[in-house]
Amino acid sequence: MSAAAEPAAPRPAFKPAPPTPYQVMMREDRPSGVFLTVLAIVTLLVPILHLAVPEGHVLHLSGYTVTLIGKYMCYALLAVAVDLIWGYCGILSLGHTAFFALGGYAMGMYLMRQIGTRGVYGDPVLPDFMVFLNWKELPWFWHGMDVFPFAMLMVLFAPGLLAGVFGWLAFRSRVTGVYLSIITQALTYALLLAFFRNEMGFGGNNGLTDFKDLLGFDLKHPETRIVLFMATAVALGAGYFTCRAIVRSRFGRVVQAIRDAESRARFIGYRVENYKLWLFTFSAMLAGVAGALYVPQVGIINPGEFAPINSIEVVIWVAVGGRGTLYGAVVGAIMVNYAKTVMTDALPDAWLYVLGALFVVVTLFLPRGVVGLLPDLKHKIQTLRQRRARASST
Amino acid sequence: MFCLQAGAAMAQAAAGNEFDAAVAALPTASYLEKEELAGRIARSAHPQALTLLRGWLEGKLQADAAGHAYLEGEGGYTDALSGAAATPASPDELEKIGTNNRLRKALKGLLAQFGLASAEPGMRIEAVREMRRELDGSAVAALQARLPQETDAAVKHEIELALALAGLASEEPAQRLAAIASLDGDRSTEVYNRLSQMASGDEADADAEVRNAAGAAVRSIDSWRSFYQGVETLFFGLSLGSVLVLAAIGLAITFGVMGVINMAHGELIMLGAYTAYVMQLLMPQNTGLALLLSIPAAFLVSGAFGVAIERVIVRHLYGRPLETLLATFGLSLVLQQLVRSIFSANNRPVAIPEFMSGVWQINDVFSITYNRLYILIFALMVFALLLGVLKRTSLGLKVRAVSQNRGMAKAMGVRTDWVDAATFGLGAGIAGIAGVALSQLTNVGPNLGQAYIIDSFMVVVFGGVGNLWGTLIGGMALGVVNKLLEPYAGAVLAKILVLVALILFIQRKPRGLFPQKGRAAEGH
Repeated sequence: MSAAAEPAAPRPAFKPAPPTPYQVMMREDRPSGVFLTVLAIVTLLVPILHLAVPEGHVLHLSGYTVTLIGKYMCYALLAVAVDLIWGYCGILSLGHTAFFALGGYAMGMYLMRQIGTRGVYGDPVLPDFMVFLNWKELPWFWHGMDVFPFAMLMVLFAPGLLAGVFGWLAFRSRVTGVYLSIITQALTYALLLAFFRNEMGFGGNNGLTDFKDLLGFDLKHPETRIVLFMATAVALGAGYFTCRAIVRSRFGRVVQAIRDAESRARFIGYRVENYKLWLFTFSAMLAGVAGALYVPQVGIINPGEFAPINSIEVVIWVAVGGRGTLYGAVVGAIMVNYAKTVMTDALPDAWLYVLGALFVVVTLFLPRGVVGLLPDLKHKIQTLRQRRARASST
Repeated sequence: MFCLQAGAAMAQAAAGNEFDAAVAALPTASYLEKEELAGRIARSAHPQALTLLRGWLEGKLQADAAGHAYLEGEGGYTDALSGAAATPASPDELEKIGTNNRLRKALKGLLAQFGLASAEPGMRIEAVREMRRELDGSAVAALQARLPQETDAAVKHEIELALALAGLASEEPAQRLAAIASLDGDRSTEVYNRLSQMASGDEADADAEVRNAAGAAVRSIDSWRSFYQGVETLFFGLSLGSVLVLAAIGLAITFGVMGVINMAHGELIMLGAYTAYVMQLLMPQNTGLALLLSIPAAFLVSGAFGVAIERVIVRHLYGRPLETLLATFGLSLVLQQLVRSIFSANNRPVAIPEFMSGVWQINDVFSITYNRLYILIFALMVFALLLGVLKRTSLGLKVRAVSQNRGMAKAMGVRTDWVDAATFGLGAGIAGIAGVALSQLTNVGPNLGQAYIIDSFMVVVFGGVGNLWGTLIGGMALGVVNKLLEPYAGAVLAKILVLVALILFIQRKPRGLFPQKGRAAEGH
């Protein structure tokens, strides 16, 4: 405006280069920027440390560690999915690992079909457990699962469909709060019981395991594992970025309004149930992706993944990290799982005490989680300084 | 006088001779002869005859080379003829007096006839049942002879049944028809199998009229049986329902009345079960008393834990149900691990006292185990007691007042925080009592509570939060539906179906079967 009003400028005004999106993010949302930067560094560094640094070197990362970090990142993605609906929409799902496990089973089915004649019974079509159960034909839902794109579609579709149907029923009839939490728990419990049955056609008690290769690459090979690791990192970054975009959009602001005052949002004229349904379904699909990436890395999927306690554990990751902040979910997932890895190794009996105490302490004393600690501390120091300054000035 | 005595003595001597002679002939006799000799031994009415025949059947009758018979007992040998202790000259050379199938059958029949003359009605019934397995002419004759003398109604009934069964095998169609008619009203498996054999199949009766009569009788038994099977399913359902009600009723207080989500509720049940276990450890001689005492003990233990949970954790989280859920869930993990540390992760056995064990056999198809029956009654008693506490005592009045309008209750001088702690303690104590009952049905282990927590919540939500009657009816209905589905779907699938149905039901009626009305409803 002002530039146009002055016809002849003696010299071009100093124009700063437009800030890059990265700079914008670092300025407006520093934690997200830091997280994505760290993630990028880890994604690049881990393969180098694993593949390029020779074994025995101090900086060498073992295959075990790579898989462990990959696992943590799957958990982090799951935690982000839970935080998206709990932290931003107030839907406390105690059954989110059901979607995680469904995505995992879809991936597991693809991997089972890839085994082919290398199974114990050597049947070209039927997985081992079906031969063992004396089944003659592939059940209808196993068809097409040997095609990778279709299987990946199912990774999204199966959890999405369940979440869509369940959410449509639940949100339409305005089941909220603890009631919703309890029926999500019942849902995952029902699925747990169902998947334990051999008749379901998902391997019953033992689940799906003995995977050989993915897209023709041997799963035991270090390069394959690194690619899986990087895929997980990319999925986590992309999932995080998408969730961040959602919560910052207009849609996301409505969702947060629903969290804070559902009736008011409804009376203003928003279709609350539609917002909730879309968010819930998206979150379930994200959990499904996390499950699909988890299965080839750990090498097994069984009905135990449906156990209600797993879902509640995810909720505690989010609570520990700090709900309502996506990076908090990531921090919480990694912290708690690292503690679990260390503790179950050193003091297996003490872990449940620690986990239980974590639930109690976090809800009572840390409602904003670990990531809330730092700002709280800053705020306290600031007020203390102000008070001191005021005291010295008078 | 002398004459009479001499006569009796002579008769006894004659019996003795007959007996002695028959026993002496045994070692060398063939199986067919043995059968005849056994009959003679039985008819001799010698005092030793019963012992000898029983010993023979058990393979303890032996004879030496001279033909002298001995019975092998636990302490040593007895003389088969006199029953006095005796030492055979060379025990190694004794030879067993063998039996074969046919002979054993005959011996059993003879023993049963002995039993028929017993003074004990129970023994007589046993004897008749034994004879019914092989109804030959002699058995029928013995039974017919016994019938007019019989005074005990139960024994008489057994004999009549046996005679009717024998009548079914009669040559005369008219007699068979009469037998079928006389069997009308008897539904034992034995009669049912026999009649259905006659009605159709390979061994169907030659006479059409008899076949029809047998068929009609079978059909009537069938409908009677399916009725009682229905009754049995109903009982199993109610039994399962009573367990669900017991597990859920404490939750109906903490969740339903106070609106607090207590995920550690299952662990409070578990603590009650462990209390029963500890009480039995304290008084191992008297399991019955220990069980009765563990009811108040479990109430106190779980109740104390409940009050502590309320004071330390829940109190700070009122109005934040989701946080309460997480905190109490954490607590449940700690309690589980605590029990694992103290009692180990293995299941602990809790003995079932005498009065709780056993089966009440109502008829051939329908029987009730006493522990399930008592637990059903116990659940109803606990329910009635709780209802009484809430409706009739001043504590109950205060609890309801606080749950309906906390601020107003406080203004009226009710110490709300005291009432909160007491209510939570009450709900927790009831959970402990439920644990004692469960210890009689399942294994007591650290995971006991987890198995019931989801079911308990479902029952409370299904019945309608804040409504004790809803919990009772909801729990019983879920139990019965579960058991009704089980024969068609199997246990696991039935449970899944019930869960899915419940999830759908809550969508339709989010406030349960019996929703609260009025202002109190808005609090939840």
